[in-house]
Amino acid sequence: MKRFSVFSLARNAFSHHEDWPRQWRSPEPKPEYDVVIIGGGGHGLATAFYLAKEHGITNVAVLEKGWIGGGNTGRNTTIVRSNYLFDESAHLYEKSLQLFEKLSQELNYNVMMSQRGVMNLAHNLHDVRESRRRVYANKLNGVDAEWLEPEEVKAFCPIIDISPDARYPVMGATLQKRAGVARHDAVAWGFARGADARGVDIIQNCEVTGLRIEKGRIVGVETTKGFIGAKKVGSVAAGHTSVICNMAGFRVPLTSHPLQALVSEPIKPVHPCVVMSNAVHVYVSQSDKGELVIGAGIDAYNSYAQRGSFHIIEGQMGALRELFPIFSRLRMMRSWGGIVDTAPDASAIISKTPVENFFINCGWGTGGFKATPGSGWVFAWTLAKGEPHPLNAAFSLDRFTSGALVDEHGAAGVAH
Amino acid sequence: MLLIPCPYCGERPEIEFSYGGEAHIARPQNPASLSDTQWAEFLFMRGNQKGAFRERWIHTHGCRRWFNMLRDTTSHEIYAVYKIGAPKPPAPGEKPAAAKKPATRARKGASK
Ligand SMILES: Cc1cc2nc3c(=O)[nH]c(=O)nc-3n(C[C@H](O)[C@H](O)[C@H](O)COP(=O)(O)OP(=O)(O)OC[C@H]3O[C@@H](n4cnc5c(N)ncnc54)[C@H](O)[C@@H]3O)c2cc1C
Ligand SMILES: [Zn+2]
Repeated sequence: MKRFSVFSLARNAFSHHEDWPRQWRSPEPKPEYDVVIIGGGGHGLATAFYLAKEHGITNVAVLEKGWIGGGNTGRNTTIVRSNYLFDESAHLYEKSLQLFEKLSQELNYNVMMSQRGVMNLAHNLHDVRESRRRVYANKLNGVDAEWLEPEEVKAFCPIIDISPDARYPVMGATLQKRAGVARHDAVAWGFARGADARGVDIIQNCEVTGLRIEKGRIVGVETTKGFIGAKKVGSVAAGHTSVICNMAGFRVPLTSHPLQALVSEPIKPVHPCVVMSNAVHVYVSQSDKGELVIGAGIDAYNSYAQRGSFHIIEGQMGALRELFPIFSRLRMMRSWGGIVDTAPDASAIISKTPVENFFINCGWGTGGFKATPGSGWVFAWTLAKGEPHPLNAAFSLDRFTSGALVDEHGAAGVAH
Repeated sequence: MLLIPCPYCGERPEIEFSYGGEAHIARPQNPASLSDTQWAEFLFMRGNQKGAFRERWIHTHGCRRWFNMLRDTTSHEIYAVYKIGAPKPPAPGEKPAAAKKPATRARKGASK
């Protein structure tokens, strides 16, 4: 791997930036691997990276049916935070945030981590109580958190309307200063480059179409590039997890829904942080290019179509316009959708399965970008040791049988 | 937005309806005798099919009645709507099922 630095930048300037090396290979699949990862999103690539780096397991393939990062990883609104209510979630997301804080150095790849602060607004008394409770819970878990009164909200984000007669009055907000946004593609590409440099094969345009299971144990995967043997298989297929698990003959507690986002025309910097509102389902930040990046809520129905309905966006825009009157005449330029895998308790599933040596990492739903490094880190551990790490033990599939759900629904609301 | 043909009122825009998720999930006949695994299957495990999918809708801002719909989750094409309790219409390419009594149908096991 050629390291990126200010010197390599200068050197390549002399050749008009035409001789940069490829960042990862495009190998043909080998007949067998120690570990095959299904899904080349951020989580799959991070898993491969940490398998190689932390556990020395390098005979690994990542199989991606399209192009890497083309799923939810490349479609999300890139909010990174760790202020979850429950201990289990707070520990896992905090691990991920800490990895994010050092990720650019670790990967020698600028993931443009911008810790500009995330505010979660409270619009009614219940929100206020719930939010303050979450601030205390966060502090107990060592996660930075503050409660802001409306004037403090206004000071932190001057364009927000805090007048008491607003449709959605701002009664305060929680603030996590270490939270912010990162560049989604760079996260996928940085992990891909780092994994490839350590020997991992990243195989794109290779769809898994079947799982070969003998006597209850997985032995490989059928793909559009033929059969690939595997000692262990980890599925990290987000919205398509049910499809993969149905191939293995068991069902999972997931439903797939479209989740949309959109960007505005670029404008001068006006929005200094990230604002989220669970109650009105809007979350917005401003990209370095100047576009507002705005996330919507999910469509109610099940879908694999990577597009959502217009009335969802309409609702979004109404809420945005109410909170930020300054945006009322802004034009929206592009919208798109991803397919998110939602679990009944809105928490991830990082787990062993009824099939031996077959593991799943899914259920991140509307909010897994922030978890990319942490999820890869614990899933690599789980694959390497055959057992969950303490950080993901609570996120196993059998919680739906035992009843020990990690019910972040009420706590994090629409978590992104 | 979907244009949903309510079996009682005819075609109406999706915003008049609410979604009820996967259809034909029969309540356990004898809840007290269910194991934890069977409860998990009933409460949480879902087919979440890609392709033809049977789901429930309610016409919240209309007749307020529940009904079933057969829809493709990749194209969003609506193949059929049918009343609760009516026999399942076949999905495209599927041969029509012999008439069954849905209420007494045993729940399928863990696989599939
Ligand atoms: C609009 C939107 C906004 C969001 N906003 C945020 C946010 O602000 N903050 C946040 O933390 N999270 C957010 N999320 C959620 C976040 O994007 C996801 O949780 C996260 O990116 C999931 O990463 P992943 O690698 O698991 O999935 P993906 O990136 O979707 O990767 C899964 C990959 O598996 C591949 N695959 C599927 N089936 C097969 C097969 N059979 N064979 C081979 N490959 C297969 C897919 O092609 C895909 O590339 C948002 C999501 C969306 C859609
Ligand atoms: Zn009706």
